[in-house]
Amino acid sequence: MGRYVIRRLLHVIPVLIIISFLTIAMLRLAPGDPAATLAGDTATPEQIERIRHNMRLDRSIPVQYALFMRDALQGDLGRSVKTNRAVTDELRARMKYTGMLALSAMTFAIVVGFAAGIISAARHNSWLDNSVMIGVVAGYSLPSFWVGLMLMMLFGVRLGWLPFIGAGSWQNLVLPTLTLGIGPAAVIARLTRSSMVEIINLDYIRTAWAKGLSERVVVTRHALRNALIPVVTVVGLQFGGLLGGAVVTESIFAWPGIGSLAITSINSRDYPMVQGVVLLSAVVFVGVNLLVDLVYGLLDPRIRYD
Amino acid sequence: MTGTPTGPQRTGAGAAAAVAADDAPAAPGARSGLRSEGKSRGLWGDALRQFRKNRAAVAGLFVLLLLIVMAVFAPLFALHEPNEMFFNHRLVGPNGVFPLGTDSLGRDIYTRLLYGSRISLQTGLIAVSIAMLVGVPMGLAAGYVGGFVDTMIMRICDVILAFPGIIFAIWLISILGPSLRNVMISVGLFSVPSFARLVRSSTLQVKEMDYITAEQAIGAGTLRIVFRHILPNVTAPIIIIASLNVASAILAGASLSFLGLGTAPPTAEWGAMLSDGRAYLRTSWWVAFFPGVAIMITVLAANMVGDGLRDALDPRFKNRT
Repeated sequence: MGRYVIRRLLHVIPVLIIISFLTIAMLRLAPGDPAATLAGDTATPEQIERIRHNMRLDRSIPVQYALFMRDALQGDLGRSVKTNRAVTDELRARMKYTGMLALSAMTFAIVVGFAAGIISAARHNSWLDNSVMIGVVAGYSLPSFWVGLMLMMLFGVRLGWLPFIGAGSWQNLVLPTLTLGIGPAAVIARLTRSSMVEIINLDYIRTAWAKGLSERVVVTRHALRNALIPVVTVVGLQFGGLLGGAVVTESIFAWPGIGSLAITSINSRDYPMVQGVVLLSAVVFVGVNLLVDLVYGLLDPRIRYD
Repeated sequence: MTGTPTGPQRTGAGAAAAVAADDAPAAPGARSGLRSEGKSRGLWGDALRQFRKNRAAVAGLFVLLLLIVMAVFAPLFALHEPNEMFFNHRLVGPNGVFPLGTDSLGRDIYTRLLYGSRISLQTGLIAVSIAMLVGVPMGLAAGYVGGFVDTMIMRICDVILAFPGIIFAIWLISILGPSLRNVMISVGLFSVPSFARLVRSSTLQVKEMDYITAEQAIGAGTLRIVFRHILPNVTAPIIIIASLNVASAILAGASLSFLGLGTAPPTAEWGAMLSDGRAYLRTSWWVAFFPGVAIMITVLAANMVGDGLRDALDPRFKNRT
């Protein structure tokens, strides 16, 4: 296990280095002059030059990258060119909200997804199974931004049951959670079902039935444990995906997280902020995937990296 | 579709298809029965028969074809011009003249949806074509050549996959600038790893087959082996992934336009239309409602076709679900 962990960690480092390099280099390789874009149409050449210098666009890419990494390792990702606030401060403040939203959406997705998947598998090929499966396909075909708007219209505007803008209280969390959680819930339900169905036909489950165990014991104690192994991977990946999906959900509900920050900073061409957001989401996602792989290795000793 | 494949293709197809799956982690030793007993029709004939038996998939295909016909012949089905503004009929609910109502500029939503389907279907198809054109050769090279080439290509995939969801596309667009073309490129590049990884693992399996060794023994060139003998045998998993990716590409494209990173107004695009409707949720629900329904129907149909193809072409799933 120890070697496995180390290899897995060594695998992650080059990926993170390439990503951080790309976030710096891409801006330079893109068409147009970012300094001139930021300065606006009325800027003097001196102003453009100052911005270029501040953003280190006057250095070579390797030098710029080296300086960026030096600062980044000390927790400094530069300052917003719009608000002059430190990027790391802004990210920290918003990470709290995105984390809260992602956790609650994931909890919703796991509870609903598992329940639907297990029920579906236990009643394989029944009308209940079929209707759950129709719901599942619909669930991952629904555009989340549409779900969000419709929930907002129904529960927020028409019925007035829930607040739908901002992040003042726990009620604010309900609609974004549903919006973000439906897709992953569908994926988890589907995988739980197919994994359960596969296991239920195995010999050891037949043995368990033959011993006269109750359905509850067979399903939960014997089948579920092994069925959950592949599901764990997907839960992890979905969790990472939530961070991406949060962009849409957060901008619908004006949720002050990383996702809405991504959109506002892209629209205002706040390059340092965009770099920070991209870097943070990649690091978090890679970290989550790493964790998933390690948990996977723990759950199923047959699986080791490579 | 009923053409009988040659010997080597038949042997390889089963193994190649056994690799595909969007959600299955690489489970060791998960190679189950290659083909069912009974009359052999070859992979494609068998798949066609399986697909036709799947009612959801056939329904999905029907809807998809209908949508394509409506998109191609949009002017024939349209009631108005997509950008024609009826100033006296702004935000009018569904009625006889405007079946799905009008938006804030008095444009007919039904007509705009019709024209918008062109953009969504194009986004789906072009983005997936980009992903295929880039990803398939990458996967073939990684799988067949191996070594350093393999490591490099897989590292590139890891980098793209390190971005959660559409963040990669959003980031690319932030650099390239918002436009429909850049949406297609970003969504396409984002899907490259799924093709590259899949083709690589299929290639690795096919590569070990005896007939490939035989080809190598008689001195066939690398390109000939890869394109004449390996590629045809990894087609089935490519088709599965491509069809499922069309659905997600349409969804991703609409999301990006919804976020204002895609088409510029006044182009009729589903995601952008939905976004326009945000301001009128209180008074005019239809502005946001119908574009969402259009997206859902299209994506649902594409997903059902994709699922059907997977069940039909991948023996591992055939008797499972």
